[in-house]
Amino acid sequence: MRGSWIDRNLSWVFPLPAVAAVLLLVLGPILTNLIFSVQNRSWGTFPPPSFAGLGNYVSVFTDSRFWNSVLNMAYFTAIAVPTETVLGFAVALLLNRDFYLKGVIRSLVLLPMIATPVAVGLIWSLMMNPELGILNYLLQVVHLPRSLWATSSKLAIPSVALVDIWEWTPFMTLIILAALQSLRTDQLEAATIDGANAWQRLFKIIVPVIRPAIVIAVVLRTIDALKTFDIIYVITQGGPGTASETLNLYAFKSSFLYLRIGYASSLLVVLALIVVGVAAFLNIWTRGAKS
Amino acid sequence: MTTLTAVGHRKTRLRRQVRTGLLYAALVVVIVLLLFPFVWMILTSLRTQVQNTSPVPVWIFKPTMGNYRSVLEQHHFIQYTWHSFVVAVLATGIGLVIGLPAAYTISRYKQRGLAFAILAARITPYITFLVPWFAAFRFLHMVDTYTALVSTFLIVSLPLIIWLMITFFDDVPGDLEEAAKVDGAGEAEAFFRIVIPLSAPGIVAASILAFIFSWNQFLFALVLSGPHTQTVPVAVFNFITYGEINYGGLAAAAVLITLPVVVLALFIQRWIVQGLTMGAVKG
Repeated sequence: MRGSWIDRNLSWVFPLPAVAAVLLLVLGPILTNLIFSVQNRSWGTFPPPSFAGLGNYVSVFTDSRFWNSVLNMAYFTAIAVPTETVLGFAVALLLNRDFYLKGVIRSLVLLPMIATPVAVGLIWSLMMNPELGILNYLLQVVHLPRSLWATSSKLAIPSVALVDIWEWTPFMTLIILAALQSLRTDQLEAATIDGANAWQRLFKIIVPVIRPAIVIAVVLRTIDALKTFDIIYVITQGGPGTASETLNLYAFKSSFLYLRIGYASSLLVVLALIVVGVAAFLNIWTRGAKS
Repeated sequence: MTTLTAVGHRKTRLRRQVRTGLLYAALVVVIVLLLFPFVWMILTSLRTQVQNTSPVPVWIFKPTMGNYRSVLEQHHFIQYTWHSFVVAVLATGIGLVIGLPAAYTISRYKQRGLAFAILAARITPYITFLVPWFAAFRFLHMVDTYTALVSTFLIVSLPLIIWLMITFFDDVPGDLEEAAKVDGAGEAEAFFRIVIPLSAPGIVAASILAFIFSWNQFLFALVLSGPHTQTVPVAVFNFITYGEINYGGLAAAAVLITLPVVVLALFIQRWIVQGLTMGAVKG
């Protein structure tokens, strides 16, 4: 028999490199991170790492900068994800209609989420520049007060959330648009004949059909919003002060700026637990609401 | 009677015209919001520093290529682009070699455990992987090497490739492989001779997606790259933090990094949503 050994063992030989990669690249580091989180450890070899027990975790929960970063992360996510969902849905309903140049416009929708995040952060920080940015000029044109945007403590999080909304609303739109295509036109026509108005058609027929797609989109966006790094780091680097420092940024600074590896690792464990917990909660909650 | 229906028709026609007008007005608003940052980036890249720092925006001007020329000449930009290209190509290529056979057996033998382990890479914050990897590469004196960058970039490219390819392999009917086996081909041969060629469009889509997200990767490169391997996103980030603000130059650099991924994305728009939702949504 030709190639019989590989054929008999294909089911484990084929995935072997991927299993090795996942162990080495994903599961190994997660485990190492857990070990680091119960150690006093810096990047150098001196002093040698020592066992810290739950000391790092105790420090985390008594650290006001940690709580500040959790609140910032929650604030950012709470602005970005609901706005993206509502706007994404509205734009999807719009793009689902028939109009001239439909294909071209749908392709354009992709661009914000595919553009390099560093470039996105860069162009938005130029646009939001308090002295010379175009956004303040436009506010002035319509007689609104100029804003400090990301350079003010109060507006730093809303400003970076605005960029996130611009970048990721298209993701919502495209997912919901794909789901809308599975909607049968005869259902809508039947409802119209039965005298349902536009709002009734929207909430009684369209929303239930596309609900699973919205759930997937919201869960994925929430996971990513909680760990947003690129645009915040490029635009504010967590500033001014710690006004826009999210937990992910604080963990990054703790490890690579303050060189406190053990402490940073316990921050990361907490962040991972929050992300997994929120994702699981959203999944169960939305499933429960459906039945 | 006839006049009444005529009035009715005129009314519905008027209503339809108003609705069409509103539809196009809404579309214009959406497109302007969507594209304005890109347009502004391109305009800024074509203006001089004096025009860019004018308190009233300059809309009409004679475009200059000076910003592009200075970015390409002064900042080793071409070298950084080459680094980005090499790392993204290697992360994609190795991702395919490792990922395609795994996606195939996950699809045929329902190896869900492996699939979920890969999903962990999508959920866990990337810094969690970065801290141990930086410790390891530092110990091995391998920071600022292609090996360090490519192996961490695989954390991005491999899950994209595997999850997208699972859905493609699911769509290849098993009958074809059975027929090949009847003709005396082994399963491995059937995979290389039949399944791979039939999935070629999917492989192209997965490769482009993996390339785009490796190209865009910032965090891993920020920590693990150095003078020998610095990628373009990190180089551009450094322009922002170290230099005086040269608006035109920054915008030109932003245009140059974004252009390749935008062009690539337009080829695979159907698959982008599917790839980013780990196959949960078919675009």
